[in-house]
Amino acid sequence: MTKFIDLTLSGISIGAIYAAVALALVLIWRSTRIVNFAQGAMLMFTTFIASAVINGGGSYALGLVVALASGFVLGAVVERVVVRPVENAPPLNAVILTLGLYTLIVAVAGMIWGNTPRSFPAAFSLRGYRVGGTNLLFTPNDTFIVLVVIGVAALLALLFRRTTLGLRMRAAAFAPEVARLLGVRVGRMLTLGWALAAATGALAGVLVAPSVFLGPNNFDPILISGFVAAVLGGLDSPPGAVVGGLILGLALSYVSGYEGSSLVPLAALVILMIVLMIRPTGLFAATRERRV
Amino acid sequence: MLTLEELTTDYGPIRAVDHVSLEVPEGSVTAVLGANGAGKTSLLRTITGLVRPTSGRVKIEGEDITRWAVEEIVRFGVAHVPEGRGVIAELTVQENLRLGGLWRGRDAMPLREIYELFPRLEERAGQPASRLSGGERQMLSIGRALVGRPRALLLDEPSLGLAPVLVAQIMSLVRRLADTLGLAVLLVEQNARSALSIANRGVVLNLGRVVIEQDPHKLAADDRLLHAYLGF
Amino acid sequence: MTAVRVALRSSTLLRSLLIVVVAGLVLLLGSDQLSSYRDLQLATGAYYFCVLAGLTVLAGSSGQISLGHGALMAVGAYTVGKLGNAGWALVPELAAAAVVTLIIGIPVGAAASRLRGPYLAGATLAFAVGLPALADRFPTAFGGENGLTLNPPTPPASLGVNFPLERWQAWIACAGALVVVFVFYNLTRSGVGRALRAVRDDEIAASLAGLRIGRWHTLAFTLSAAAAGLGGGLLAVVTGTVAPGAFPLQLSLMLLAGVVIGGLGSLVGAVWGAALLVFLPNWTNDLASSFSLSANVAHNLPLAVYGVVLIGAMLVWPSGIQGALRAVGRAARPALGGGIGTGAQASAAPETPPPDDARATAPPEASAKTRSES
Repeated sequence: MTKFIDLTLSGISIGAIYAAVALALVLIWRSTRIVNFAQGAMLMFTTFIASAVINGGGSYALGLVVALASGFVLGAVVERVVVRPVENAPPLNAVILTLGLYTLIVAVAGMIWGNTPRSFPAAFSLRGYRVGGTNLLFTPNDTFIVLVVIGVAALLALLFRRTTLGLRMRAAAFAPEVARLLGVRVGRMLTLGWALAAATGALAGVLVAPSVFLGPNNFDPILISGFVAAVLGGLDSPPGAVVGGLILGLALSYVSGYEGSSLVPLAALVILMIVLMIRPTGLFAATRERRV
Repeated sequence: MLTLEELTTDYGPIRAVDHVSLEVPEGSVTAVLGANGAGKTSLLRTITGLVRPTSGRVKIEGEDITRWAVEEIVRFGVAHVPEGRGVIAELTVQENLRLGGLWRGRDAMPLREIYELFPRLEERAGQPASRLSGGERQMLSIGRALVGRPRALLLDEPSLGLAPVLVAQIMSLVRRLADTLGLAVLLVEQNARSALSIANRGVVLNLGRVVIEQDPHKLAADDRLLHAYLGF
Repeated sequence: MTAVRVALRSSTLLRSLLIVVVAGLVLLLGSDQLSSYRDLQLATGAYYFCVLAGLTVLAGSSGQISLGHGALMAVGAYTVGKLGNAGWALVPELAAAAVVTLIIGIPVGAAASRLRGPYLAGATLAFAVGLPALADRFPTAFGGENGLTLNPPTPPASLGVNFPLERWQAWIACAGALVVVFVFYNLTRSGVGRALRAVRDDEIAASLAGLRIGRWHTLAFTLSAAAAGLGGGLLAVVTGTVAPGAFPLQLSLMLLAGVVIGGLGSLVGAVWGAALLVFLPNWTNDLASSFSLSANVAHNLPLAVYGVVLIGAMLVWPSGIQGALRAVGRAARPALGGGIGTGAQASAAPETPPPDDARATAPPEASAKTRSES
């Protein structure tokens, strides 16, 4: 029984990470109709930057802020310089481009910081809570992770639903040409969308780094799970990303606990295929597929 | 005052707009007629900057806006109600309207005034625009264009898909707006009779070229010309 | 002589046989001149070519992008590993590698056929990461982290006692590559190839014309899987070991770069891609030594180049080397006259509209940007 509770709680914690990555992917998908396969590499890179700050004597908070800021900048630069030319091209081009970006960023990270994984500090204690005489696997750090992700998701929701900037961004995402005709600077809104998404991803990177360790390839499973979570919730739906992340986190936690961690990527694949076969637009589908 | 000077637009080898010259004074309506593919929509898209002209000029009150970006042209006071209305279905009616005036900031037309013009929209203010009927969407897109207090209003086939009663209402509304707000209105239509009924000037395009420019009453009465270019 | 030329022009089968025979002779004679090291490189290039050929036909002819072909290579490699250690002979075990991977390719391809664009990429990405992990899950069967080892193939006695092993391996690998060339050359120029391209270009039109989209996609995927399996099997024969570490995600990305640089859909392009994959590590090593670059930089340089290739190709030259050559060839064609041709089908690589003003030049009826109105 304790095992089940442990797995459930850690599933929620890792699910929050998946939710954050999924949110980043959804934000980019909504604004530019591209799946950013480089997201995992980008958040790995910003986490390395945070690590450098912390190792250089900065506090955890400073490292986190630097990660968010560098994610913001990285996202904006990537959109403006590399992605903008393929936004109107066939989807295949954007897929190959983001994959190339992933490859390049991983290589550059390896060049700068080497390929040996290193540790990354956690914000709060990693000792499990003590409940009724037993030690849970759920730690204060896990609580922090869940609260921060939910907080960020709420902030983003507020931004989009209640502010003029959010209105402009939504208009630019849903109907770019019409938005231009209404005086919205669509290009800037798209860049901002990528910047926010990358910052969200950067947050996920810093939060998950203590458990997966920091190395150029250590975040690949996170990207895959984030993608599956985004598809599960529906690529068009930010709340879907959060829910999808949590559901996936729980599911994979049970798989890892009862079957072994090496089966986790395959389990994610199986879940992905089930979703795509049964309900391709995701649980929170806003738009319907085009059928002839 | 909207002025077009020898405006020419090519899509590769196809000449969509062929040396079109026009003047649309303030407070007037110019009807642009023609069959499908005559270049009417291309003309409007060139004016607003969605498409770059090959040669020629577009001027608003003397200012040459030909090479400007779309957003700049719109912020200079050109409102374009596109073909198909361009209502953003995922946003609410109110959000669509607000969007039209965001760039104007405080000088935008208060939504209250739009609702006075279009009470139906007020009833549906909080609903997603996807729920509106064709006529309501037309009202929404015109209302949205007005929020920014434009100087020139470009309308692309507003009567499309609407019942005749609604068409008449929309047309008389456009006439009223031109008169009361002093707008320079360029009205692209396939529904020639309704457009000419409110126009100060009638222009017929064929293969991108202006083939007739005339007083609307004469144009409306001239069946032979209409048969030749409009097919009815 | 004209009769021969006419026969060649009208029969794809004859043409492909001629190409295979000529290429085979060239490789046979050429490998004699090569050192052992070069023979090894030739062998490596040949098995990469097998995978790349399948992948490029899949992407170019049927518009599907797969990141899972590295994992499919692993399937072929492990098949040869297990069968080789169980005593199977060379040709049967290689054929089995292709067949086993083809069989696995059927359900994977069927699933993939229902996916498009980024969904397909994401699913195959998960497949690429997930499948090799099975080796860890079932360590007894697959030898775990260290994998399986194979005895190198012995050259037949008829070739002489001192026949170099590497040359024999190169012959084997090249033979496999030639089989792949033969199959895909005929495939892309046949009714099957045309159906695939129809499906790639406009699915709705193709389905209205009676083509069963799903089946064609599955077929394309399955055949390319078989080629990948053969490539993996040859990898096992040439390198002598099969371990999960040889099939990381990077492999699939390398393969993608190889296909992109050659030009999607082009068999000759696959040759360019194979050359890139073989020579790049050496070039970067030389570069690193001459500039005294650190070990970290040197180690990651090939990967960085692959990334740049992928990005650069999409931004600058989507149709790859072969596309560039074709463009030159088209300009020179009137002077050269007809003939067997460069061997590459005129299938399009992903086309990008001219940058930036692309938005500005689309005719109004094709305005796909206003998604909202329904």
